[in-house]
Amino acid sequence: MANIRKEMEGLVLEEKLIFDRSRPGKKAYSLPKSDVPETPLNEMLPEGLLRDTIQDFPEVSEVDAVRHFTRLSTWNYGVDSGFYPLGSCTMKYNPKVNENMSRLPGFAQTHPYQGDDLSQGVLRLMFELSEYLGEIGGMHSVTLAPAAGAHGELTGMSIIRAHHERAGNPRSKVIVPDSAHGTNPATTATAGYAPIEIKSNERGCTDPRAVEALMDEQVAGIMLTNPNTLGLFEENIVEIARIVHSKGGLVYCDGANLNAVMGVARFGDLGVDVMHFNLHKTFATPHGGGGPGAGPVGVVEKLAPFLPIPTVEKNDNGYYLNYDRPLSIGQIIGFAGNFGVMIKAYCWIRSLGPDGIAAATKNAVLNANYILARLKGHYHLPFDRVCKHECVFSDAYQLKHGVTTMDIAKRLMDYGMHPPTNYFPLIVKDAIMIEPTESEDKASIDNYIDAMIAIANEAQADPDLVKSAPHKTKLSRLDEVQAARKPVLRWKKED
Amino acid sequence: MRRYIPNTDADREAMLKEIGASSVEALFADIPSDELLGRPLGLPASLSEPDLVALMKQLAAQNASADDLTYLLGAGCYSHYIPSVIDHVLTRSEFYTAYTPYQPELSQGTLQVMFEFQTMICQLTGMDVTNASMYDCSTAVAEAAMMAGRILRKRSKILICRTAHPEYRAVTKGYLARIGMDYEEVGFDTDGRIDRAELAGKLDDSVAGVIVQSPNFFGVIEEIAIVADAAHEAGALLIDAISEPLSLGILKPPGEQGADIVVGQAQSLGIPMSFGGPHLGFFACRQKFMRQMPGRLSGRTVDHDGRPGFVMTLATREQHIRRARATSNICTNHQLCALAAAVYMTLMGKEGMRELASLNLLKADYAKKQLAQRGMQPLFTGPTFNEFPVGLPRPAASVNEALLEKKIVGGLPLNRFYPEFDEKAMLVCFTEFSSAEAIDTFCEEVTR
Repeated sequence: MANIRKEMEGLVLEEKLIFDRSRPGKKAYSLPKSDVPETPLNEMLPEGLLRDTIQDFPEVSEVDAVRHFTRLSTWNYGVDSGFYPLGSCTMKYNPKVNENMSRLPGFAQTHPYQGDDLSQGVLRLMFELSEYLGEIGGMHSVTLAPAAGAHGELTGMSIIRAHHERAGNPRSKVIVPDSAHGTNPATTATAGYAPIEIKSNERGCTDPRAVEALMDEQVAGIMLTNPNTLGLFEENIVEIARIVHSKGGLVYCDGANLNAVMGVARFGDLGVDVMHFNLHKTFATPHGGGGPGAGPVGVVEKLAPFLPIPTVEKNDNGYYLNYDRPLSIGQIIGFAGNFGVMIKAYCWIRSLGPDGIAAATKNAVLNANYILARLKGHYHLPFDRVCKHECVFSDAYQLKHGVTTMDIAKRLMDYGMHPPTNYFPLIVKDAIMIEPTESEDKASIDNYIDAMIAIANEAQADPDLVKSAPHKTKLSRLDEVQAARKPVLRWKKED
Repeated sequence: MRRYIPNTDADREAMLKEIGASSVEALFADIPSDELLGRPLGLPASLSEPDLVALMKQLAAQNASADDLTYLLGAGCYSHYIPSVIDHVLTRSEFYTAYTPYQPELSQGTLQVMFEFQTMICQLTGMDVTNASMYDCSTAVAEAAMMAGRILRKRSKILICRTAHPEYRAVTKGYLARIGMDYEEVGFDTDGRIDRAELAGKLDDSVAGVIVQSPNFFGVIEEIAIVADAAHEAGALLIDAISEPLSLGILKPPGEQGADIVVGQAQSLGIPMSFGGPHLGFFACRQKFMRQMPGRLSGRTVDHDGRPGFVMTLATREQHIRRARATSNICTNHQLCALAAAVYMTLMGKEGMRELASLNLLKADYAKKQLAQRGMQPLFTGPTFNEFPVGLPRPAASVNEALLEKKIVGGLPLNRFYPEFDEKAMLVCFTEFSSAEAIDTFCEEVTR
């Protein structure tokens, strides 16, 4: 067995809730003295509007606060801690300079209503970023407003609805493959459509004949993910788009997996009408433990009038926010979206350039195929063909010894590594979905593969060791059933 | 670009050999050749880090910023001091480079922060449960309206006061239209509060929820209990939106006044204005509505050995489990902003929230008095927190031009959103950054 570099031993800090550090009289704030005449509170506001003190709010010193949150951070694992091959999440490295740039006061301390004249740098960045994304996706126009991938999906489906409404019939259904992310059917419903699920074929792809059988004048369109969630390129996408278009439908492409094709192929060239970009996946902005992200949406020319307001445009006087767009679906979030996230994506695109972006894609795909090649003897591979940016295995071999996908995931933690995505996509029973991204080199990937192989061996030789993992994390396996049965969602003093 | 892509040529060669592929390009053979781009992307060439920094500084320099100007501009986005500690915590990369805490054993830091954030928002609002975060207040209002429709299935109408932020209303209207719910606005009275007579006239058994904002867009503090009673009498839910949560340092929380759902924008709690995003939405409700909430929740549990810990819970509400029948399509939310708010609330604490809120109120009160001395009154008689609209002797836009010369970014011309006001109405906001000198300058300039 290879000599696996175990990436975790040792130091585990204990830390209770912040409320346990609280002591009356402690302070962590520092406010300027008032330079205006004092007036008693009850002369400024009626007593009836005022509250008592905020019951049980923390009272700590600055040192307490810093120690508390620093200690909590050590219980987390991030991309900076090590390899994080969470399938479909594109956990690539988040460049540090981008963090610094987003914090420049000329960006961070700007107000959304300060006016176009006072925001030319902000608006130029937004204008150029939307042009770059349009070029990358092969889209005519791009809105940067959506705050996340699912929010981009809702924006895109609302545009599709607006298009059909204008044509006289909003239609009622949307085709969604069974391999889709949960956000796709959820978004479909939120946009006022009924999703119709379509089964993937034996090659793991969407079958054009199945689309043809479902497609009629009540179907608003199809939501595809390409490459799909098996990490496989939807090889019939052009044919599918032709079928959907022939009945007046539109093609939406979920850009969650754009890291597989960026700089190599463009959705706009494949018949896609609407797509979203995940800046927090493909464009290297950090996930933040669950956001903030940004989910810009690109559309073909005929759908551009429906983009949400405001759009960023340019005329002889410079850049401006345009709210005067009569066919727009309207506003989908307050202000103009997650500008702070846009800055980081802009920096990433400018740092990589066209060659770097294509190189990122190619290395991501190479890394995934290397994992596929080295692990396929050790883990069941339901679709044995060249993959794109991620590969999907299952626990079928290990299950013979009673070891599940969940057990394998937890055991990886003992090697100091983050597990892959588990139990998704739903069309593979007990899926193990590995996405390495371009941020890893061969040595890092080899170490991970060696750990996966070691676990496959452990599953045979000592299944209980795997089934009872993790052993080295601060906590062992958490009881999710108890959490859901008797939800405790906040601290209370009497606890 | 090499610095972010660590494979060497030798790595690539060895990997291709293992795969059995002749080239990296061969791995794209599943894409029909006529579907390949076949040319480099038309993007600017790669920049070195120093060149990038120079470019970004140049772009940043083209914007006005609160770094060197005093902002009297609020309207849902506020210029407050952000304690240094916050960014030091946010840049702990164990926090900001982590994903959603799907693997609780490797995410106890994020999960405990979520739990503490949920607790502090409950304490601040007086509500029972809070989720981990929403994108912003506008989408949180929209989700709250849809949630009211789920709770009261036979009712399909939402009433929203025109004193709610115009953008919250615009977003909510769009969300509701797509799922076939009705949206109707209720006007305001001379005190700047929701018109209660109009509300009473519009309340019937088709109304699922009534949405008020307090302090509202005019800065006026609504009498939530009265609106809540009216809503409840008609069998509807009361949803309160808060765009300036600092006000809860001194104002009676909506949870004590009968609100069923409370949503808000927590940008004031340690999050930079950043041209309007990313900010932070929060979402709180009564215990009995917990299972209808959108978004993530952190819950306490124990591990296999009985030690306390946290997991994401009640996930059967969410899209990755419930798919088309989920309570919302939200997935990625604004967790890192929630961390900022949690650190902010921890630092300010019980006393700091009260002191800072009082200081904001005091500054606004001083401005009101100074304006009154010059014959200018707030447009409404209702009590306000740190902002209010005032009728100026001359157009707000020209006042703002003059103020800029004095290094002050003035308030919002109100007729941008409310055409019934003339161009002399301005919504002005005063925070701890508004010095007496800046306030005096403002008052002098408007009468000049």
